[in-house]
Amino acid sequence: MKSLPKSTFVLIAALFALGANAQDLTGTLKKIKDTGTITLGARESSGALAYTLGDGKYVGFHTEMSEKIAADLQKQLKMPKLDVKFQPVTSQNRIPLVQNGTVDLECGSTTNNAARQKDVAFAMTTYVEEGRIVVKANSPIKGIADLNGKTVATTTGTTSVQTLRKNKKAANMDFKEVFGKDHADSFLLLESGRADAFVMDGQILAGLVSKSKAPADYKILGEVLSVEPIACMMRKDDPAFQKAVDTSIQAMVKSGDLAKMYDKWFVQPIPPSNTKVGLPLSDATKQAWMSPNTKPMEEYAVQ
Amino acid sequence: MSWDWQVFFQDTGGGQTYFRWMMSAWGWTLLVSACSLVVALTVGSLMGILRTTPVKAFVWIGNAWTELFRNVPLLVQIFLWYHVIPSIWKTLQGVPDFVAVVIALGFFTSARIAEQVKAGIQALPKGQRYAGLAMGLTLPQTYRYVILPMAFRIVIPPLTSESMNIIKNSSVAFAVSISELTFFAMQAQEETSRGVEIYLAVTGLYFVSAFAVNRVAAFIEKRVQVPGILGSKR
Repeated sequence: MKSLPKSTFVLIAALFALGANAQDLTGTLKKIKDTGTITLGARESSGALAYTLGDGKYVGFHTEMSEKIAADLQKQLKMPKLDVKFQPVTSQNRIPLVQNGTVDLECGSTTNNAARQKDVAFAMTTYVEEGRIVVKANSPIKGIADLNGKTVATTTGTTSVQTLRKNKKAANMDFKEVFGKDHADSFLLLESGRADAFVMDGQILAGLVSKSKAPADYKILGEVLSVEPIACMMRKDDPAFQKAVDTSIQAMVKSGDLAKMYDKWFVQPIPPSNTKVGLPLSDATKQAWMSPNTKPMEEYAVQ
Repeated sequence: MSWDWQVFFQDTGGGQTYFRWMMSAWGWTLLVSACSLVVALTVGSLMGILRTTPVKAFVWIGNAWTELFRNVPLLVQIFLWYHVIPSIWKTLQGVPDFVAVVIALGFFTSARIAEQVKAGIQALPKGQRYAGLAMGLTLPQTYRYVILPMAFRIVIPPLTSESMNIIKNSSVAFAVSISELTFFAMQAQEETSRGVEIYLAVTGLYFVSAFAVNRVAAFIEKRVQVPGILGSKR
């Protein structure tokens, strides 16, 4: 034994450790394998991105994508059976539920921003949201500059409120803000004439207009107020899981499945009312798919 | 879970800190509550008194009022005043959001106060009313000088609960765009991602407000008590 130098033991020990690492899963992947279940976070009304049909059925572009990711994880972990559970989340509870392990992967309408990156990790950006203005078709408002002296609606608990506030300060304008308790409520403010304009994420506005009593009575203005990357959210410091999710999404981009999914939810008629959102794939979203990244909102600039 | 109380000193993007915004939101909560309480006490006392008069029509009006506002959920009432009624009578569209909330919250609470005032009046022995009338006082005079001074002392404790409830119920005002504490909490937690700190601070402010009402009411109760009657300690 004397002839063996100390470094040999270290080497052997290191080799053992390496072998063990290759077999032992860590973090969320281990949890999924051990419990045989994955819990996906689902939103109940985030436009065509993620919504519910009732009866515990969750659908939408990001919801379907998360189901596909779960199927890919099952393959990767070589599991004969994977139980996929949905846990409905709200914008108030989604981050704590991901942090405390109730939800493993949340694919809804969560904006990837610097403040949230301190608490959670994000997969690659799969949708780029643009904040827009909707007005009545006969309204003289053509852009944010025309909002001076008008009443502007938006929804409580959304980043649009902040966007609006920043714009207002930047442009030295004065307009009255009214807040709906949810998107349907905010749209009602516009419909009933209590508000002159409604500022919100483009796809949500497009969905609300297409589902309204008279879609021709509204127009969505071209001006973009804000750009926000939307991505799936998961626990921080779990690189193996993050890599598995990103790999799955990139495979969907390559195979064209993601583009097909987008078409299904944003261009074709969707349940429950079989109306079209009518929002073709934007250049910003296409760009995010082609060059996968997890840049937070702060690194996107409004043109 | 790490704490980050510095969040209150961040700029909201509109040239003020979240702390200043929270203080102004607290102000709105207190203003909505105070105005609603005035409406509730005035209307509630009136309806409660009507229900104990010998005039059948008055009793009917008081009962109808109480049942109408007691049996419809508060949030539904707020939407009725804010969305439904202005769409029927277009001239009411100009009514500010604040007035709609004060009316809704005030009338909702008035139904509960009417019930308590009625119970307070009925708790007095019938003889007091007859004694007042027998002395030649008119019915309004009997109420003013004999019945109400005693009845109101009896109902101070339940009225205290209602006044505290009104502060807590004022949180529904967020639904019609009043930027009070609940609205602030929902909005600020989304913007800062520090929901726990924000909600804890807001909870603290609600507690302080409701508890202050409780202490003020206890002080009033002590000052106005008459030894030897129902509701007094000694």
